[in-house]
Amino acid sequence: MNNWVLVCVLLVAMGFAYQFGTMRSRSLVDGKARMHSRPVHHGLLVALWCGLPAFTVFLLWSLFEPGILRSAVLNQLPPDMAGLQGHELEVLMRRVQSIASGFGVSDQPAAYELAAAERLRSLQGTGRLAMIASMAVLAVTGLVYALRRLSPALRARNHVEAVFRVLLVVCSTIAILTTIGIVLSMVGEALHFFRFVNPVDFFFGTVWNPRFSTTGAGELGQFGLLPLLWGTVMVSIIALLVAVPVGLMTAVFMAEYAPGWVRALAKPIIEVLAGVPTIVYGFFALVMVGPFFHSAGLAVGLDIRATSALTAGVVMGIMIIPFISSLSDDIITQVPKAMRDGSLGLGATKSETIRKVVLPAALPGIVGAVLLAASRAIGETMIVVLAAGNSPILHANPLEAVSTVTVTIVNQLTGDIDFASPQSLVAFALGLTLFAITLSLNIVALYIVRKYREQYE
Amino acid sequence: MDIQQAQPNPPAAASDKRRVRVEKSLQRRHRAERRFRFIGMSAVVFGLGMVALLFISILAKGLPAFWQATVVTEVYFDPEIIRVDPRPVAQPGESPAQLREREMAWQTQVTMVNWNRILEDSLIAHLPEAASARPRVRQLVTSGERFKLRDMVVENPGLIGQRAQLKLLADANVDVWLKGNIDRSLPDAQQQLPPEVRAWADQLYERGVIQMRFSTTLFVNPDSRGSLASAGLAGAFVGSLYMMLIVILLAVPVGVASAVYLEEFAPRNRFTDLIEVNINNLAAVPSIIFGLLGAAVFINWFGMPLSAPIVGGLVLSLMTLPTVIIATRSTLKAIPPSIRQAALGIGASKVQTILHHVLPLALPGILTGAIIGVAQAIGETAPLLLIGMSAFVAAIPGTPFDQSTALPVQIYLWQGNELRNFFEARTSAAIIVLLALMLSLNAFAIWLRKRFEKRW
Repeated sequence: MNNWVLVCVLLVAMGFAYQFGTMRSRSLVDGKARMHSRPVHHGLLVALWCGLPAFTVFLLWSLFEPGILRSAVLNQLPPDMAGLQGHELEVLMRRVQSIASGFGVSDQPAAYELAAAERLRSLQGTGRLAMIASMAVLAVTGLVYALRRLSPALRARNHVEAVFRVLLVVCSTIAILTTIGIVLSMVGEALHFFRFVNPVDFFFGTVWNPRFSTTGAGELGQFGLLPLLWGTVMVSIIALLVAVPVGLMTAVFMAEYAPGWVRALAKPIIEVLAGVPTIVYGFFALVMVGPFFHSAGLAVGLDIRATSALTAGVVMGIMIIPFISSLSDDIITQVPKAMRDGSLGLGATKSETIRKVVLPAALPGIVGAVLLAASRAIGETMIVVLAAGNSPILHANPLEAVSTVTVTIVNQLTGDIDFASPQSLVAFALGLTLFAITLSLNIVALYIVRKYREQYE
Repeated sequence: MDIQQAQPNPPAAASDKRRVRVEKSLQRRHRAERRFRFIGMSAVVFGLGMVALLFISILAKGLPAFWQATVVTEVYFDPEIIRVDPRPVAQPGESPAQLREREMAWQTQVTMVNWNRILEDSLIAHLPEAASARPRVRQLVTSGERFKLRDMVVENPGLIGQRAQLKLLADANVDVWLKGNIDRSLPDAQQQLPPEVRAWADQLYERGVIQMRFSTTLFVNPDSRGSLASAGLAGAFVGSLYMMLIVILLAVPVGVASAVYLEEFAPRNRFTDLIEVNINNLAAVPSIIFGLLGAAVFINWFGMPLSAPIVGGLVLSLMTLPTVIIATRSTLKAIPPSIRQAALGIGASKVQTILHHVLPLALPGILTGAIIGVAQAIGETAPLLLIGMSAFVAAIPGTPFDQSTALPVQIYLWQGNELRNFFEARTSAAIIVLLALMLSLNAFAIWLRKRFEKRW
C-alpha cells in the first residue's frame, strides 16, 4: 500500500472517530448532566487519540525502515561481496531493489542478487504488514479508550487545546532551529575548512587564488579573504553613495513637501524597485548600465570596464533606494510636529527647519536605516555576480572589475559540491564571515531604531 | 496697520540698509528653499525614472522575442526515408525492464531515421537552386524541429506517406539575421550564417514562407541546448510553481502558527524575547546564507537530491518564514482587544477566541503578507544556485523530486549563453514572464487588502 493511501486512510479513520465522538457525546447529555465540553471537543479528542499514536508509529517506521532493511540485506550477501564499497554497493542495491519491486533488470540477474531481492521483498512485505497492523491496533485502541473515557465531566476542551498549544510552540521554535541550523552548519563546515587552511592566512591573506580541486591535493592555493572583503566594501560604499542621498531626499520630499496625490502615486511606484528580483537588476546592469558607463567613459577618455565595481554599485544603489526612502520616511514623520512648529514660528523656512531641526532629530533613525541598507548591500549576490566582473585582486580603482564575498560563495559552490575539498568548504567560511558582518550590522541598526522610537513615543 | 504704527521711526538710511540686507538674505534663503525642494523633487523623479527605464528597457528588449521567425511549409512524410518497425508491445512472460529495453531500441531506430532529409526536401521545394547544398539548407530550420516530425509519426504512424502543412521554427541565427539583431554589413567571417543561407532567408522572408509569428515555444518547451530557437521556459516555470506550492504549504501555516503563539499566548520571558530577536534578525539574513544552509543541511546531511524543487522549496520556505511571521503579527496586533474580551467574556476559551474571532478578522492581512512573501521567494536566485538548481535540465519536472530549474535561475543561465544576440531578447522575455507572475501576485495581494481590509 502506498504511503499516501495509508495517510489518507488514517485521515478518514480520524474523521470517523470524530463522528463517533460527537455522537457519543450527544447521547451522554440526555438532558441530565451539564457537559464540561462541547461535542466538538469530545469528537476532536477521540480523533486525536485515534490518529496521533498511529501517525507517530508511521513516522518512526518510515524514518528507520530503509536503513534496517538495507543492513539486513547486506548481512546475508555472500562473503566475497562483503568488501564492496561506495559506488559498486549502490549499484548492487539499486539492482536488488529493482528486482524486488518486480520491475526486473534487463540482463540476467546473478543467483545471489535474486536471493537478496527475495529476502528484501519478504522483509518489506512483513515489515509493511507489521507496520499497518500496529497502526491499526493503535488506532482502534486509542479510539476505544477515548470513547470509553467520554463523560460529562471530562475536560475535553482543555485536552484538545493543550495539543493545539503544543503545535503552536513547535511551529514557533522552527525559526530558532533555522538560526541554530545556520550557525551550526556554517561553523561545522568552516572548522572543517580551517583544518586545511590556517585561519590567520584566511582572515588576513591578501591573495585569493584557490586552485581547482581536481588538480589533486598537491597544492592548496591561497585563500585570502581581504580582496573579497574589500570588493564587497567598495561595491557597498558606491551603492550607499547612490542610495543614501537619493533615498533620503525622496523621503524628505515625500514627507514634507509632496501633495497627497503625488505621495499616493509615487511612493508605491518607487517601492516597486524593492520588489524587482535581483537577477533582473543584474541583467539590467550587464546589458544597459555597464555598456552605458563604458561608452560614457570612452567619451571623456576614461577606461571604464563594462563590468566593474562602479556598475554593480550604482545598480545596487538603485535597488536599495526604496529601503532607505521608506524607512526614513517613517522616521521623519515620527518627529513630533511641535518641533517643526517651533522652528517655523521663529521664522525659519521649511528647508531650514528640515535641515536644522527635523533631520538632526531623525538622525539616529536614519543611521539605523542606512546600516540596514548596508547589510542588504553586503549580502546582495546576483547583481555582483553578473555585473562586478569577478576579479579577486586587491586594488582601489572602482572602474575596474572586483569580486565580492557573495560572488565567491556562488563560484565555489556551483556545479559539483564536494564536501571534502577546501575549495568547496571555503564557501562556508566565507558565509560565516558574511553572516557575522550582516548580523552585527542588523543588531546595531535595530537597536538604534528602537532607541529612536522610544525617544518620541 | 497696527504694526506699522507700533514701529519706532529710526533714521531712514539705517532702516533702508537693514531692509535691503534682510531682503537680500530672504532672497537667498528662499533660493535655498527652492533649491532644496528641487533636489527633493529630482530625487523622486530619479527614482521614478529608474523604474521607467528598467521596465521600458526590459520590455523593449523582451517583447520581440515572443515573435519568432517561423517557416510555414508543406512537409512530405516520405515512406522511402521513414522505414521503422511497428512499436513493440508487452509479450507474455516479459519483465517490465525487458519491455523497456525493447522500447528503447525501437525509439533509437525511430530517431535514427534521417528526419533532416525530410526537412531539407520541404525547403528545397521552395528553393530549387539549393538542391546541391543540403547541409546549408538545413541551417534554416532549428535542429530540434526534426524531433517534432518524429513525435508526430510516433503519435500517428498513419502520417507516413502523407503531406502536412507545418509551422517550423527557423534557426536562432536566421531569427537574429531577419530581426536585424546582427549588423548586416559585417564581413562574412564575422557573420553567424554563410552568405547563401542569409540570401535564402531574405528570399523566403520576402515570399512569406518565413514569417514572424507569435511563438508558444517559450511557454511550452523546456530549456534546450542543441536547438536554441526552441528553448523555452516551461521546465523552469513548473519548477518555480512547485517551489511556490511548497512555500505556501510550509511557510504560511508554520508562520501563522508561530505568529499566533508569539502574539496571543507567549508569556513575556527570556525564551520568547529570544524568539523575537531571532525572527527579526532572520528576516535580514542575506538570502545566500539560506542557500549555504540548504547545501549543508538538506543535501550534505539529509542526502536529499541536488537540483530538486523540494529542496529549493524548503530553503525558500525557511527564508519566507520571518516575512510571514512579521506580517501576521502586525495584523494580529491591529485587531482591537475588545473583540477578544467580548469572546472571552461569554465563556470562550483562548483557542476558541483566536480560531473563531481573531483569525477570521486577520485573514486578509495574513494573506496579503503571505502572498508578498511568496512573490519574494519566487524571485530569489542566489540560494537556488547553491543547491544545484543551475544545472541544465531539458525536461519538464513531473514531481517536486525531479531535477529542475526555476524561473530566475533560467534567466541567469540564459544571460550567460554564448549566442548573445539571440539570448539577450530571450532572457528579457523570461524576465517579462517572471515579472508578470510577481506583479500579478502582488496585484492580487493589493486587491485582497483593498477588498477586505477593515479599519478599527
